[in-house]
Amino acid sequence: MSMDLEVEANMQAAEQTDKQMSGSQMILQSLVEEGVDIIFGYPGGAILPTYDEIYKKGIRHILARHEQGAVHAAEGYARVSGKAGVCIVTSGPGATNVVTGIADAMIDSLPLIVISGQVATNVIGTDAFQEADMVGITMPITKHNFQIRDVQDIPTVMKQAFHIATTGRPGPVLIDLPKDVSTNVGTFNYPKHIDLPGYQPTVQPNRLQIKKLNAAIKEAKRPVILAGAGVLLSGGSSELMTFAKTRNIPVVTTLLGLGSFPETEKLSLGMAGMHGLYTANMALHESDLLINIGARFDDRLTGNLDYFAPNAIVAHVDVDPAEIGKNIDTDIPIVSDAKRALEILNASEEENDGFKAWHEHLNAYQEENPLWYEEDGETLKPQKLLEMIYEETKGEAIVTTDVGQHQMWAAQYYQFDEPDHWVTSGGLGTMGFGFPAAIGAQFAKPDKTVVAVIGDAGFQMTLQELSILQELHLPVKIVIVNNASLGMVRQWQQLFYEERYSHSLFPIQPDFVKLAEAYNIPGFKVENPDEARDVLKKGLEMDGPVLFDFRVTSLENVYPMIAPGKGHQEMEGVKP
Amino acid sequence: MIRTITATVNNSSGVLNRITGLFARRQFNIESITVGVTENPEISRMTFVVNVDNDRALDQVIKQLNKQVDVLKVRDISGDTIVARELALIKVVSTPQNRSEIETLARPFRASIVDVGRDSVTLQVTGDHQKVEALIDLLKPYGIKELARTGATALKRSSKSQSQELKYSFIQ
Repeated sequence: MSMDLEVEANMQAAEQTDKQMSGSQMILQSLVEEGVDIIFGYPGGAILPTYDEIYKKGIRHILARHEQGAVHAAEGYARVSGKAGVCIVTSGPGATNVVTGIADAMIDSLPLIVISGQVATNVIGTDAFQEADMVGITMPITKHNFQIRDVQDIPTVMKQAFHIATTGRPGPVLIDLPKDVSTNVGTFNYPKHIDLPGYQPTVQPNRLQIKKLNAAIKEAKRPVILAGAGVLLSGGSSELMTFAKTRNIPVVTTLLGLGSFPETEKLSLGMAGMHGLYTANMALHESDLLINIGARFDDRLTGNLDYFAPNAIVAHVDVDPAEIGKNIDTDIPIVSDAKRALEILNASEEENDGFKAWHEHLNAYQEENPLWYEEDGETLKPQKLLEMIYEETKGEAIVTTDVGQHQMWAAQYYQFDEPDHWVTSGGLGTMGFGFPAAIGAQFAKPDKTVVAVIGDAGFQMTLQELSILQELHLPVKIVIVNNASLGMVRQWQQLFYEERYSHSLFPIQPDFVKLAEAYNIPGFKVENPDEARDVLKKGLEMDGPVLFDFRVTSLENVYPMIAPGKGHQEMEGVKP
Repeated sequence: MIRTITATVNNSSGVLNRITGLFARRQFNIESITVGVTENPEISRMTFVVNVDNDRALDQVIKQLNKQVDVLKVRDISGDTIVARELALIKVVSTPQNRSEIETLARPFRASIVDVGRDSVTLQVTGDHQKVEALIDLLKPYGIKELARTGATALKRSSKSQSQELKYSFIQ
């Protein structure tokens, strides 16, 4: 390069980095600097200046029909893409409408950037029109939050926000943007370095603890790996595969860890927990070495802590030190990124082909206690429906769910062999999550089949987002597992409240097919179990969005299960 | 068990709110909190006296504090040799007849009379928790009209700790 050209290039670069910009221009330029190519949101008064820039800049913005839809779509996008989901809303009600999504992302460790408009700085604290204290409200449900008081702080705050949201244990970060800050003008200079002395996540494992774990594996007779969402979030699935195979250790996953280890692999024991597989739970219960990689010992996984893995030495790999020892006493604590810890474990070249008796023992459990359901010859069994979806998508679809019975059946009967194909609301258990999350997932992977498996009740919480499918011809396949009830609540009322079905039966429903048609989306209602597969096949092959209303056995229960207060060894409904 | 924990934090708005919110949400019992700016105006020091049930709860307090982006460093200094001080202002009923008696009482505590009224005197005392408690106890018979006291604020002593019981997060 000639001298002149170089000088010119430098000047151009300087021009681009040191430019006078309004606050909202800075917000958008920061998004560009962070590689954001899609945002989900909903406009309103306080965020108008930013929406004006969105209009001018032409950044891709997906207009939800309710802010909750926008934030769940951003979550679905984040879970599948591995990048931060970005959501923009206005102040007051716009911002409070995303609170559920923020809490959901927090508990399930999803990287999210939420930019909320705010009233102008000179009226903050005066109960102004559409004012809500979003920093206060979201303090306990964000990894961190900011209110920008000076336009000059925008680039630094944006840089820090993305760094905090996406590193360590990922999580949501909220940026509260007062209207006047977004119109004030300042110099844009995007920082290259991050100065956050109070935020230094430990991602490299302590070698001594790794050595201890290697030694413990050598001593063990009945080891088991518990793989959680941390494996997926760190991108460590193939490292987990190497680790499990070279050491010949069976793998159990959590609900959120589905897909971190191929379920059709021989070493896989499937999902553990309240509605997990019998063998998976018994493997945890009988193990003498429990290697938890990136799971947080959630109560739905552990059951009663008094009976949890009573004879196991517990090793726990987690990037968040606060999770280690929080619920379960830990013998080998490893604060580390899951992938990094697995890489180092794999580098130690230990091999093991033993544990033969243990594998035989577990195989016998598997053979004697498979998942079961009983056909009645009249109705479509929801379990059968999920098996069909698995078969007809060849196990390659991205599946999203709400919370409840359909979620558990999807977790049990869809076999996830690949990472990042499973999007569910695990920790918060958010109804209305699955459908908008499927929209976000479809934007992350436009070429993939995305199936939103949802209940008839949860769908009615966020069905307004059908507009997005209509508007963009987004090919999300909606499968309503319709049992005309709030299935899991009804199940608990049946089992623990003497069949007093308080407000859990939904005999009055909209005609979902007509509803789909109102949005110009083809809809199929299936009542006859014999037609189910053909309709499913036909719908899945269609190009655009499709809604299926599958009428399933209304009083079907999810089994096996660990009743509240019980331990892993006390599963009910293991056999017909 | 009662533990004394210090944290250095960014001196920015809302930090105290973050910390107290965290304590409330995680059901940690705080006996007292003091906050003040340090030698570096961008950094504040907080001193918490917490009442925790067991080591696991203590470990959680420290780890959850550490997770806050605005928290720079957390230490449990209970086992260290530390200087910990509280301050109390005590307004005692007093007549001209017993004023000197109260003054005499205050002397061994190095408490000073900082205000005198027609029927009361106000004493100021600094010291560790027990010392302040002891003085209040002695003054009670005279009738305490008002009492204002701070929580403890603490620093490690410069000399090496004799205690081996250094307790902070076992993972760093």
